[in-house]
Amino acid sequence: MQHTGKYVSILVILGLFLVALILLNISLGSVNIPVKDIFSSIFNTEVSKETYRYIVLDYRLPKAFTAIIAGSGLAISGLLMQTMFRNPLAGPYVLGLSSGASLGVAIVIMGATLIGGSFVALALSKWTLVIASSLGSLMVLFAVVLASVRLRDTMAILIVGLMFASLTGAVVSILSYFSPAAQLQQYIFWSFGSLGDLSWAEVGILAIFCFLGISLAIFCIKNLNSLLLGEEYARSLGVNISQNRMLIIIATSLLAGSITAFCGPIAFIGLAVPHLIRQILPINNHLILLPAVILGGAILMLICDIVAQLPGMEFTLPINAITSLIGAPVVIWLLIRKQKFLF
Amino acid sequence: MKSNAENITLKTSNLEIGYQDKKGVKSIAEKIDLEVHKSELIAVIGVNGIGKSTLLRTISGIQQALSGAVEIEGKNLNALNDLQRASQIGLVLTNQPISKNLSVFELIALGRQPYTNWLGKLSKIDIEKIENAIKLTSIESLKDRKCYELSDGQLQRVLIARAIAQDTPIIILDEPTTHLDMYHKAYVVKLLKKLAKQTNKTIIFASHEINLAIQICDKIILMHPKKTQIDTPENLISSGAFQDLFPKDLIHFDEISGAFRIKNED
Repeated sequence: MQHTGKYVSILVILGLFLVALILLNISLGSVNIPVKDIFSSIFNTEVSKETYRYIVLDYRLPKAFTAIIAGSGLAISGLLMQTMFRNPLAGPYVLGLSSGASLGVAIVIMGATLIGGSFVALALSKWTLVIASSLGSLMVLFAVVLASVRLRDTMAILIVGLMFASLTGAVVSILSYFSPAAQLQQYIFWSFGSLGDLSWAEVGILAIFCFLGISLAIFCIKNLNSLLLGEEYARSLGVNISQNRMLIIIATSLLAGSITAFCGPIAFIGLAVPHLIRQILPINNHLILLPAVILGGAILMLICDIVAQLPGMEFTLPINAITSLIGAPVVIWLLIRKQKFLF
Repeated sequence: MKSNAENITLKTSNLEIGYQDKKGVKSIAEKIDLEVHKSELIAVIGVNGIGKSTLLRTISGIQQALSGAVEIEGKNLNALNDLQRASQIGLVLTNQPISKNLSVFELIALGRQPYTNWLGKLSKIDIEKIENAIKLTSIESLKDRKCYELSDGQLQRVLIARAIAQDTPIIILDEPTTHLDMYHKAYVVKLLKKLAKQTNKTIIFASHEINLAIQICDKIILMHPKKTQIDTPENLISSGAFQDLFPKDLIHFDEISGAFRIKNED
């Protein structure tokens, strides 16, 4: 709070880095497009090859936007969970949020064929997936919070979250066992995670959900800071704990649920980005931490997407694997180098 | 002046404390009538499990009373909303999951939360109050340290500074001297005494440091299975109230020295 100027300048540097990465992300891929042509495509001036315009506008730009939204959103939900549970291991993935979303989507994709009829057509709509996924993660988070009210022990809550993840995973397994190959494949591809399948309209829908989630998170900034002292102190500072908990749950579900629905379950970003940011910015005020985590999430996701695209090659790797492959060693390296686990 | 009704900051009448759950009501203590005044330092004394923490939690509004009333500056505690209560009572608690990554300044600044805007931005007045709290607790040299670098005694002073910055007429501390060595126990209680006098606040703390409390505190709330009473240490000594605080087989209260002694006969 005293060195605000220094922190703001780090935020600006992160912002500039993000802009550079966006250009790099759009430029690299199976076909490399010069930066000049990216701008020409966007501003509708002459492009050196007409296919570039199509690739940039209809494929890479929406993909870059999706990466930014998904990375930021998951990173924020990780931060919210970590502060709310006062536990450095919390995140949408660890608490079973993503598993809940998977269950929702699995029921819609694979369960629909079991019921059959007009339900199958409905299941293919992205909207249905968003709703199913959000309901799935909301359900799991609700169960975790219900348990947290009774338990009050953060480690126990995490275990409950992991148990729910196992439970939902088991239900998905049973559903998979009875599903025809085509539906199974559709579900498995969804679970690999993908940033590139979204139309502009779908990017818009995702953006609206995440905008609502981020707005709620911003609204909670002050209470999140109070929670750094623990719930008893926060209450003594005038925080309405149950109301605040509800807001954070809704924000996290909107973010993690909608992102998981559109992009599949993306591991690691939610857990790791808040820690990476705390290593760069030794600060706890969520007023600085939140924008930093938004930038950090977007940056890490863009980097992962560039790697997943395997520049110059014809095929892409599943983004869900890349986030962990890149992120985990980075966090381990940072922790070992700094010798201090800041939380 | 101290008996002046205008100086009463906290008053309980016919208060009954305890827990209520599905299995029923568990009353811990009843008929508690207390009146405490401005700039008084008050210790809550009693054996383990007698309900010191429950009493403190009840008068600070964390826990509901089973019956009876708590009044803060003439207003019923239940009539205050979360924010109003936060500007009346500051707490110092032990064993909370505080983020040790907070700097001392950041932690103390969180005491200003009830007064800052929706984003928690500190105004000039907020900064002044924080600096003043730092000065009052003599922790200027710790200001930029991280909490994980502090000793238990230093952290306790920082937590007290945070409560001072919250700028409430009443500060309640739950066993602020546990985990501290003898010197730091005395240091913290002396500090509380100084703060009560300099800032006119009412400071109430639960403690097992009876000998220390008798020497320093203005009043003592003595919790006993039969009754809870408040009085000056001198009056409590002369009325013999300390005599049956503990079972007499091991320790007894020596009225001449005003301290508890261990029996050595056998």
